Amino acid sequence: MGVLEGLDRFEGRSSLKTWIFSILTNKAKTRGVRERRCIPVSSLVADEGDHDEPTVDPSRFQSSGHWQDYWSAYPETWDENTPEKRLLGQEGAALLGQAIEALPPRLKQIIVMRDVEGLESQEVCAILSVSEANQRVLLHRARARVRQALEDYMGRTKRK
Amino acid sequence: MTREDIKIYVLDYLAGRLTCKEWVEMVTNYLEGTMSFLPRLRFHLHLGMCLGCRNYLKQVRQTIRLMGELPRQSPPQEIQAELVRRFRSLKTLSN
Repeated sequence: MGVLEGLDRFEGRSSLKTWIFSILTNKAKTRGVRERRCIPVSSLVADEGDHDEPTVDPSRFQSSGHWQDYWSAYPETWDENTPEKRLLGQEGAALLGQAIEALPPRLKQIIVMRDVEGLESQEVCAILSVSEANQRVLLHRARARVRQALEDYMGRTKRK
Repeated sequence: MTREDIKIYVLDYLAGRLTCKEWVEMVTNYLEGTMSFLPRLRFHLHLGMCLGCRNYLKQVRQTIRLMGELPRQSPPQEIQAELVRRFRSLKTLSN
């Protein structure tokens, strides 16, 4: 409704989609304040992981020898051995939804806007007021986690 | 030594050591097109010779594509009806 009421004020400086998204995020923030739902900053940051923290389980790489840090259990292709259809079915979609849902708030926000809703990175940065670099780091962490969830689901790794 | 090992050996020699562990952290920069020439070259060389990383990149791309194909949830019917009702009354007001 805010969108319809404010449509007169829309100046065409950004795309309509970006504008609607910023209204939504603002509404959500205002409601958060009004309902006095205080969330400690720590809980938002928690579990997003350190920026330097690896996004792939370190045990997947060899721990010693000349090939240290090269794959020891490398990823299997999904389409050859396990038809991608498996992921396209309802079960796959549900799993994907769960994986996204399980992300910490900030990561979830960014991956939903970028990969589910298909917004451009500039749009997301404008809506959430984050830098391009920061957005990229968060997107990277989010995608890595969702990929991992799908891989767990496909349940196959190849050991050298 | 397997063929894969030899390939990566050659690669290390040509492009400087870039481990798979380092490589996977570059994937988003690569996909976002924000990598400068030299890192991109090293990224490509590693990609060309390392099966594990090729599969990894494929998986990430598939993950992104699948997320784009997720069915959109439309709001429940009563909310849709309410929106239409409010929209109508808004129109009458402004007319």
